[in-house]
Amino acid sequence: MLEIKNLKKKYDNDYVLKDISFKVEKGDIISIIGPSGCGKTTLLRCLNFLNDSDQGQLIFDEETYDMANINKKEINEIRKKTGFVFQNYNLFLNKTALQNVTEGLIIARKMAKEEAIKIGEEMLNKVGLLDRKDYYPSQLSGGQQQRIAIARALALNPEIIYFDEPTSALDPELIGEVLEVIRQLALEKRTMIIVSHEMHFVKNISTKVIFMEDGLIVEEGGPEDIFDNPKEKRTKEFLESYRR
Amino acid sequence: MINCFKMFSMDSRLLEIFLNSFTRILIPGLLVTIPLTIVAFFLAMIIAVVVAIIRFANIKILKDICRFYVWIIRGTPLLVQLFFAYYGLPKLGITWTSPFICAVLVFAFNEGAYASETIRGSLNSVSEGQIEAGYCVGMSYLQIMWRIVLPQALRAAFPSLMNGLIGMVKDTSLASNITVTEMFFVTRTIVTTTYEPLLLYLEVALIYLLFSSILSKVQTVIEKKLNAQVGK
Ligand SMILES: Nc1ncnc2c1ncn2[C@@H]1O[C@H](COP(=O)(O)OP(=O)(O)O)[C@@H](O)[C@H]1O
Ligand SMILES: [Mg+2]
Repeated sequence: MLEIKNLKKKYDNDYVLKDISFKVEKGDIISIIGPSGCGKTTLLRCLNFLNDSDQGQLIFDEETYDMANINKKEINEIRKKTGFVFQNYNLFLNKTALQNVTEGLIIARKMAKEEAIKIGEEMLNKVGLLDRKDYYPSQLSGGQQQRIAIARALALNPEIIYFDEPTSALDPELIGEVLEVIRQLALEKRTMIIVSHEMHFVKNISTKVIFMEDGLIVEEGGPEDIFDNPKEKRTKEFLESYRR
Repeated sequence: MINCFKMFSMDSRLLEIFLNSFTRILIPGLLVTIPLTIVAFFLAMIIAVVVAIIRFANIKILKDICRFYVWIIRGTPLLVQLFFAYYGLPKLGITWTSPFICAVLVFAFNEGAYASETIRGSLNSVSEGQIEAGYCVGMSYLQIMWRIVLPQALRAAFPSLMNGLIGMVKDTSLASNITVTEMFFVTRTIVTTTYEPLLLYLEVALIYLLFSSILSKVQTVIEKKLNAQVGK
């Protein structure tokens, strides 16, 4: 469904993504793990063209795009098929929970308001926040905000959703509710790429795990392979730092 | 103080001048000062939003023109701008059908420059992440600016913009220098016939104070509403 070939990205003169290639099949839940600063966020941002890339091919539903030379129309085409959940939610602060979810439907997709509200309420219900639909982000906890951000991404019915450390900004007691929503999406066989440091969750939910370090994919495989039988020494060391 | 008190209590002539001139000053206040302020401020807001967005979005060439405009306006006195426009520009063939129109435009461009800086600052205070989130749900740059960023920026800028408005009410008195028959102009004429500068300038000051106080009140009320709108 989605394939990335030889993605490279540099800031100034340092390559932060050195040569990334991987494939995503429909229904895959791919987790990306790796030490802070290894390029996980940059990778997801490049996939959605929030960052430009210096080289790379993106193949989405048999359509091939040159990531370094892509026009606005193509970017929009790709963004239509993708959802993005940010580390710090990035809800629209001047919109209510429901308006956050319907904004893309009404404004970008030109959907009729009533229909959009119906979908919006359905999505809020899915993340368990229908009763908060008229609240503003400033009136909601971090966990609630992130669940609304997930509802916002879901509303557009994307083929794949990218999660960039969706629970890293949350107080420990709020992490569970967000992971629970993502687990629900997994049961629905949603295709997802998840950057996360919640190792237990990652091991349970993923169909494939990618370990990155220093702008490179060091190792990838099924969750059992990576967590129980890592081949690379660096993978082992990284995982050990989490077991302590 | 005692003199002052005497002046008011003892001299019925002064009281009569005060009462007579009150409506003579208030009427140009309502018919000239306030319309001048409202129209000029409205235009200033349009100018300010456009200039602020051009500079925020970093649009080539236009952004340099805007920066030049703000630099000129902020670096020169308002009174000089009024004289330059009213007495100077006709020498270049730009003539005014009335001093009022000239004053409206000068005040609009003057306030527009200051307000554009205020709004630009508020635009920058809206988190970049919300813009990115807008892109991710498929919105265009203009849609994001118009529906997400600008409303938040204007809300944040509101108290400063209201300060600008109150400042403008008072600054319109400068327009008397280019023969706009606003409150202060009329007061000056009355002084030349009655020779009571103390009384009359005090009186016009009170009317300006009244206008400003009403606006401050309005500001407080609207601020409360705006905050309620985002759940604060
Ligand atoms: N805007 C930027 N300008 C310069 N360097 C950046 C920028 N954003 C990220 N980097 C660098 O790129 C590298 C990868 O960052 P990031 O993708 O955020 O890593 P991760 O998400 O894995 O922690 C880091 O070394 C970081 O310092
Ligand atoms: Mg990151």
